[in-house]
Amino acid sequence: MISVQQQDFNIGDEYHALIQDAYSEGAVVTFVGLVRDINQGNSVKGLTLEHYPGMTEKSLKSIVQQAKQRWPLGKVRVIHRVGKLKLSDQIVFVGVTSRHRESAFLACQFIMDYLKNQAPFWKKESTEKGESWVEFNDKDQKAMQRWQK
Amino acid sequence: MNKILFFGQLKERIGCANTQVELEYPSSVAEVKLQLQQRGELWQQLLAQGNVLSAVNQTMASDETDINAGDEIAFFPPVTGG
Repeated sequence: MISVQQQDFNIGDEYHALIQDAYSEGAVVTFVGLVRDINQGNSVKGLTLEHYPGMTEKSLKSIVQQAKQRWPLGKVRVIHRVGKLKLSDQIVFVGVTSRHRESAFLACQFIMDYLKNQAPFWKKESTEKGESWVEFNDKDQKAMQRWQK
Repeated sequence: MNKILFFGQLKERIGCANTQVELEYPSSVAEVKLQLQQRGELWQQLLAQGNVLSAVNQTMASDETDINAGDEIAFFPPVTGG
């Protein structure tokens, strides 16, 4: 299931939903991304996340679909917040269940790497010097490319 | 007629979130860009940037992607979510 929303999420609730009736699953891996204080050398006070309604959901669905084709997964949950966020706010949640841990670890990382490169979200940071758009990071592109070898 | 959407820094610098173009079909993303670039120096400069991404009907596209009547086209900078 995929959600793009302004409101916060509770990792406990999400975890319980993932393991409910998961009788064949032996592993759950979850990831949470947070608003960090320093980015690209700037001191960050908060950020605003913009997205492309419709395409963002479609893109996330396609990423999850690709992960399901590569690994035997049970449930997959992706939540991405939009709008105004403060320092240390939760931004993104990815939770994956699988029969064994390796698939769950790999799929969770794969989904994050693809999300960072393909899902249409844009971050604008509020710093002491004013507001500025976050620049795309080449490191994220390399992280995705390793899955394409 | 086709609806064009802009996002992120590109939207902010162009100064509008959406516009419309009249095209002769079949058209392409490259032709849409050329037509928009005729709107002035700012448009010319912003859409000439090598890192401008495009989507057609909410799927990532390239300059060669075909455009037909009613297709929704979007231009935006590299994505920075997560």
